[in-house]
Amino acid sequence: MFRYRDLTIRQKQIVWAWIFLAVPVLFYTVIRFYPTGNAVLISFQDWNLLGSRTWTGLDNYVKLVNDPVFWKVFANTFLYLIIGTPVSLLISFVVAYHLDKLRFGHSFIRMLYFLPFMTSAVAMAWVWRWFYQGVPIGLFNNMLASVGIEQIAFLNSTTNALPAVLAPAVWAGLGFQIIIFMAGLRSIPQSYYEAARIDGVSWWTVLWEITLPLLRPTIVFIVVFSSIGFLRIFDHVFNMTTNNPGGPLNSTKPLVLMIYDTAFNSFDMGYAAAQTVVLFTILLIVSLIQLWLLRADR
Amino acid sequence: MRNKLKSFILAGAATAALLPGAASADVEIEYWQYFFDARVEAMEQLIASFEEENPDITVTMTHFPYADYRTKVAAAIPAGEGPDVVQLFYGWLNDYIEASLIQPLPTDAFDPAVIDAEFFPMVGAMKKDGQYYALPTAVRSLALFYNERILEDAGVEPPTTLEELVEVAKATTERDGAGNITQVGFTTGMTAQDHHWFREVLIRQFGGEPYLDDYRTVNYDTEAGRAALDYYTGLQSEHGVTVEGFMDEPQAAFRAGRAAMHIDGSFRVGSLADQRGLRWGVTELPAGPDGTQSNYSSYWVNAITTKAEGEKFDAAVKFMQFITSDDAMQLWLDVVGELPAKPSVGMTDENVNDEVFGPFIRGLEYAHTTTFANESSQRQVLVDMVSRINIGGQDAGESLSEAAAAEQAILDEYYAD
Repeated sequence: MFRYRDLTIRQKQIVWAWIFLAVPVLFYTVIRFYPTGNAVLISFQDWNLLGSRTWTGLDNYVKLVNDPVFWKVFANTFLYLIIGTPVSLLISFVVAYHLDKLRFGHSFIRMLYFLPFMTSAVAMAWVWRWFYQGVPIGLFNNMLASVGIEQIAFLNSTTNALPAVLAPAVWAGLGFQIIIFMAGLRSIPQSYYEAARIDGVSWWTVLWEITLPLLRPTIVFIVVFSSIGFLRIFDHVFNMTTNNPGGPLNSTKPLVLMIYDTAFNSFDMGYAAAQTVVLFTILLIVSLIQLWLLRADR
Repeated sequence: MRNKLKSFILAGAATAALLPGAASADVEIEYWQYFFDARVEAMEQLIASFEEENPDITVTMTHFPYADYRTKVAAAIPAGEGPDVVQLFYGWLNDYIEASLIQPLPTDAFDPAVIDAEFFPMVGAMKKDGQYYALPTAVRSLALFYNERILEDAGVEPPTTLEELVEVAKATTERDGAGNITQVGFTTGMTAQDHHWFREVLIRQFGGEPYLDDYRTVNYDTEAGRAALDYYTGLQSEHGVTVEGFMDEPQAAFRAGRAAMHIDGSFRVGSLADQRGLRWGVTELPAGPDGTQSNYSSYWVNAITTKAEGEKFDAAVKFMQFITSDDAMQLWLDVVGELPAKPSVGMTDENVNDEVFGPFIRGLEYAHTTTFANESSQRQVLVDMVSRINIGGQDAGESLSEAAAAEQAILDEYYAD
């Protein structure tokens, strides 16, 4: 018979550890794992939210592979990643690097850079949407028109729309990345810089040989963090193109918006679930690469 | 507190004893609709007068944001929760019947022959196998809004034909020195109501029939369809009286007084009515080259769910009868601005000659209702069709064929099972 007082101290510790762990374990099972598992299940079914679910095997995945819109959306999703991540990384590093050297008004300017990160993406997207409009209301086009330059179709164009939507998303994420970069810069021991200065090393060598290598964990973190953010981009796109979500002609549609559209406009839950499984797989691969890059022995 | 409660219960018991037929306990039924300020207000008034007439029935109204509406209804009814009477979009009827969320209206209280005779013909879409499943309180249709000040300044009258529409639009379009349009003569945007105008109005006016086979076969990849499309895109490319997406949304341009004419639904009246400094009028949609008039009508319906049984069902029937009565329809028109679903209420002299609602109500007589499989996807097809021409520079004929094929694919998939 099991009696608590018969246990050794070590075993008692384990029992208590599990009692405390039970709460988060239960929480994660109900809130995370169960819906995730359910989504995988639905991806093999046909369900319109109202009727009963019927098994369809791999039909949803076959449909996905043969859907030209999916491949367009897949390419868009990676365009957001491939353009967004390096651009935001470069800008945030340059800002953080110079802000770090600045003494006058340092915290005020840092606050200004952080402000967009705290702003609601929806509000921001709508303001930018207004910026991008044509004459007579759009800010940018009014500026262009007043100096006699032809209007630019920012959102109503298959080539300009994606970068136009991406710009505020990059801008919004900058504040956070700058703060992380500055923390990374501060954690580099001053003695390395002093040694470099005594040796009379150039500015470029200091940056290339000391600062950047020692920032590696910071850079990896920001790359992974912003990659996942750009792969899951939704609110900026949706709010800037609400009338024609992901348009024109699907040129700005990311995977998450396609999932939303399939699920809650077409009520094709099975197909939407199949898309989420694909997105989940992509994010899983990115995260695994992150873990591999962050290993201590590398 | 306890005494108060006691006397309340006693008082309730005493009233119950006095009321004839109150032996059956009070029935409480639930009504669900999506949240739209004026609709909720109108329904509150209707419920109040219904409860006055039927003191033994209590109606509780619950409303949700539109985005969550379908999900919540779908989750609640099979679980035995949720509404006894529910509001749904006419296009969802098949889905709701198939999922056994709603039950047919009893023929003794809702005689199909009487409904056929009394309601506007498009309501017939709610009849399956000789029984009505749902009925609207109100319907919506399209009309041409015009900015009185702009038309007066240009010295032109509101158009009555498509040809006149182009002329009036030309007279009212304004450009800046660089040639950029600063005021459109006419708003366009397939994302707004234009896709209905194109489908049910323009195609028919150019001699076509947009769909065959009870809206299961696309039929606009024809000469008539091409003529309608050329007219529509010509407004921008040939006549230069509009820009797609001007000021982001057609209704925004019109509200801001930067558009002379704008096609929209009767539901827009409410938001234009309190726009300061805007003088506007409404007229029937312009007639086609051979004088054909057409319109598009859509509506929300109420139905009794499968959850309602026994005395709740009886109460639900009474409530349904009440909210589809003539008085309810007039109230709905006055409060929400949506049009009565019966000619007997709608076509009264007062309503037909109403300055604002008259054109919409007159339009109902020749209106068509598209049976959508998936309205947003089918709209997207037409949005993309015009984008391919305007942005991609595709040939109009090719784009039209591509759109027809894409929409047919949506219909085929929907009706496959």
